[in-house]
Amino acid sequence: MALLQIAEPGFAAAPHQHRLAIGIDLGTTNSLVASVISGEARVLRDEAGRALLPSVVRYHAAGAQAVGCVAQDMQSADPHNTIVSVKRFMGRRLADIRDAARQPYRFVDTPGMVSLDTAAGVKTPIEVSAEILRALRQRAEAAVDGDLAGAVITVPAYFDDAQRQATKDAARLAGLTVLRLLNEPTAAAIAYGLDNAAQGVFAIYDLGGGTFDISILKLARGVFEVLATSGDAALGGDDFDRAIVDWLCALLGLGDLGAHDMRLVLTEARRAKEALSGKIEVRITAVLSTGRAIDVPLTRKTFANLSRELIARSLKAVRKALRDACLGAAEIDGVVLVGGATRMVAVRDAVRELFRREPLTDLDPEQVVAMGAAMQANVLAGNKAADGEWLLLDVSPLSLGLETMGGLAEKIIPRNSTIPTARAQDFTTFKDGQTALALHVVQGERELVADCRSLARLTLRGIPPMVAGVPRIRVTFQIDADGLLSVTAREQTSGVEAHIEVKPSYGISDQQIAGMLQESCGSAEADMQMRMLREAQVEARRLLDATSAALHEDGDWLLEQVERLHIEAAMHALGEVLETGGADSLKPLKASASALNHATGEFAARRMNASVQRALTGHKLDELAA
Amino acid sequence: MTITLSDSAASHVRKFIDRRGKGVGLRLAVKTSGCSGLAYALEFADDAIPDDLSFESKGVTVFVDPKSLTFLDGTELDFVREGLNEGFKFNNPNVKDKCGCGESFKV
Ligand SMILES: Nc1ncnc2c1ncn2[C@@H]1O[C@H](COP(=O)(O)OP(=O)(O)O)[C@@H](O)[C@H]1O
Ligand SMILES: [Mg+2]
Repeated sequence: MALLQIAEPGFAAAPHQHRLAIGIDLGTTNSLVASVISGEARVLRDEAGRALLPSVVRYHAAGAQAVGCVAQDMQSADPHNTIVSVKRFMGRRLADIRDAARQPYRFVDTPGMVSLDTAAGVKTPIEVSAEILRALRQRAEAAVDGDLAGAVITVPAYFDDAQRQATKDAARLAGLTVLRLLNEPTAAAIAYGLDNAAQGVFAIYDLGGGTFDISILKLARGVFEVLATSGDAALGGDDFDRAIVDWLCALLGLGDLGAHDMRLVLTEARRAKEALSGKIEVRITAVLSTGRAIDVPLTRKTFANLSRELIARSLKAVRKALRDACLGAAEIDGVVLVGGATRMVAVRDAVRELFRREPLTDLDPEQVVAMGAAMQANVLAGNKAADGEWLLLDVSPLSLGLETMGGLAEKIIPRNSTIPTARAQDFTTFKDGQTALALHVVQGERELVADCRSLARLTLRGIPPMVAGVPRIRVTFQIDADGLLSVTAREQTSGVEAHIEVKPSYGISDQQIAGMLQESCGSAEADMQMRMLREAQVEARRLLDATSAALHEDGDWLLEQVERLHIEAAMHALGEVLETGGADSLKPLKASASALNHATGEFAARRMNASVQRALTGHKLDELAA
Repeated sequence: MTITLSDSAASHVRKFIDRRGKGVGLRLAVKTSGCSGLAYALEFADDAIPDDLSFESKGVTVFVDPKSLTFLDGTELDFVREGLNEGFKFNNPNVKDKCGCGESFKV
C-alpha cells in the first residue's frame, strides 16, 4: 500500500477537451469516413460530393499513385498496377488466395503476407490500404478543419489476428491513431440506434463487395453481446459480377479473357448488376480487345437464377449463426441489411423469406458502418460524458495483474471488466538506489503467480537512484477493445517509461479459461492463507533489509548502543521465525515483525528528521560527513 | 459535506507547509485514471481557486473542487507510518472497490 506525499501544485492532468474522432469503413470495394459533428453522425464527402471512395489504388511508374475514382477509371486500361479489393489480401499469404490465378496482379510470395509487384515497385497490402486510409484522413482533416484525435476502423467479424493487425498497421502507416477496431455488424447496429432499445436480439446481414458477415447481437441493459457470428470471407457482390461474367462467357463461347478484357467485362457486369436493383432488364455492352462487340440483355429473373447459389451460401451461414446462438429465425427482433450488395432484389427477398420479417433498410446500407464507427469513435475519444453511455461490448475473461514480491499475483484488471479499460497502480522500489524494476504480467484468478499464466515481462530501466520507496512508478494496464493488452510503466519524477503490448487471450481456449476459473474457486481458502503468509514474509524481509540498511547508514550517529542492541535483537528474532517457520508461522511472524517495527519507531522518526535536515541544509551536511 | 484531517495528518501538513515556506493549504482532488479508475491527487495549494470549496480542519485549510468533492465527501486524511515509510492515506467512505495500493479506486 503506497502512501501519498503532497505534490507541488499543477500536477493534475489537463481536463478533457473536445477531440475530433472519425469512423472509417475500410471496405473491400468502397471506403468511407464519417464523424459526429454537433451530435450527429455524418459521412464526410470529397470536393465532388462523393461519399464513397472506391478502395482502388493505382501505382504509376514514377512512384506516384492515385486513389479512388481516378484509379478506378484506369482499372481496365492498367489492370496490373490498379489494385482493387486489396482487403482480400490483408494478412494473407499467397497460398491463402484461392483465385490468385484469376486476379490480374503480379503476386509476389513474400513471407508472412503476399505482395503485389507494381510499376512503382513491390507493395504490401498494408501499404495499399494505407493509401486509402491516407486519402480518407485528408478528406476528414479538410472537412473538420483540424487535427484528429483518432479513428475507429471497422473490420469484418471474420477477420483473424493477422488481418486485424495488418489493418492496424495500415492505419499507423497512414498516420492515424487507431482508437479501436470495431466489427462491421456491431457498427451497423450502433448506427441504427439499436443500442437505444431496451433489449432485443438482432441479425446483421452484411453483404459487401468481397465479404459476407452475419452476426447475431443481443442487447440487454445497454450492453451488446455478440451471440454468434458466421459468414464467408470470400463471398460478396464481386462474386455476383463474376457469376455474370461466367454466364456471359458460356453464352458467347468466349475463351480465356486477358487481364484487360476480364477487367472490362467485370466492370460491365457490375454495372448491369447494380442497374438490375432498379430495373427489370438491362443490356451488357462492351468491345473486347479482339474487336469483338458484346451486346447481351440480362433480366432480373435470369440474374436471380445466376445468384441463387451465392445467396444460398449466405443463407447457410445465417442458419449456422442462428444455430450457434440457439435461436430460431422467428426469435430475431430485427434484421439489418448492410453493404451495397444488399440492394439486390433477390437478396432482400431471400432475407425477408428466411426471417419472415421486413429487414431494416432506412439508412443507406453502404454508409451505416461508417456512421456507427463514427459514433463509437466519438465516445472513445472522450467526447461523451461517462454517464453510462459507454458501449460495453466485451469483457476480459480472466484477471490481469502483476507479480509482486514473494510470487504473489496482484490483480490490476479484474475478470469480467468491460473492455476497453485502463487501470493504473503505483509501485515503488524495494531497495535503496534501485534503478530498474522488473515487471511480470500474469493472467488468472489464483493468488500465486506460479498458478497463473505468464503473459509477458518488461523491465523499467533508468530509474534515478533514490531511497527505497521514494520513486513512484505508475503501472498502467490498458486493454483496448480488440482485446490487446498494453502495459506501461512510468517513473513519475524522471518520466522514464517502459511499454509492452501483450495479447492476453492468445492461445487460451475458452475451455482453458473455464478450467482456470474452477481451480481458483476450489482453492480460494488455501490461496488466501498462503497469500497472507507470503505477504508477511515479504514484509518481514523488507523490514529486515530496510532496518539493516538504516542501521548501516545512520545507526552510528543516531542511536545509543543499547538502542542499537535492542533493534538488533528484534531483527534476530524475526530472522529466526523467517528461516525456520513453516506453513503455519503466520502468527509468530506477524508478532516478531510488529516487535521489530516497534523497536525501530524512535529510530525512524530520528531518521526522518535527519533527512529533512539534510534536504534543507544538504550541502553543509555533505561536507560534514566527508 | 465535510473533509477532515486526523491529528497526525494535520500536524504533518502544517509542518510541511512551514518547511516549504509558502502555501495557503492543501488541495485534494480525484482524477480519472484511465477510463474507469479514479485516483487521488494531493497537492499544496498556493492560492484559492474561485469554484473551490474549502474546509478547515485542525488549523489546515483544505481545498476541493466541487466535482471531486462528490467522491471525497466524508473523507478523513490520515498520516501513517508503515514500516519505515510514512505518508498520507485517504479514509474514504465512498470507496467500494480499490486496488492494492489504495490509489486507484471505484465508487
Ligand atoms: N444498387 C446496387 N445493386 C446491387 N449491388 C450494388 C448496388 N450498389 C452497390 N452494389 C454492390 O455493393 C458492393 C459494394 O458494397 P460495399 O458495401 O461498398 O462493399 P464493401 O463493404 O465490400 O466495401 C459491390 O459489389 C457493388 O457492386
Ligand atoms: Mg462493407
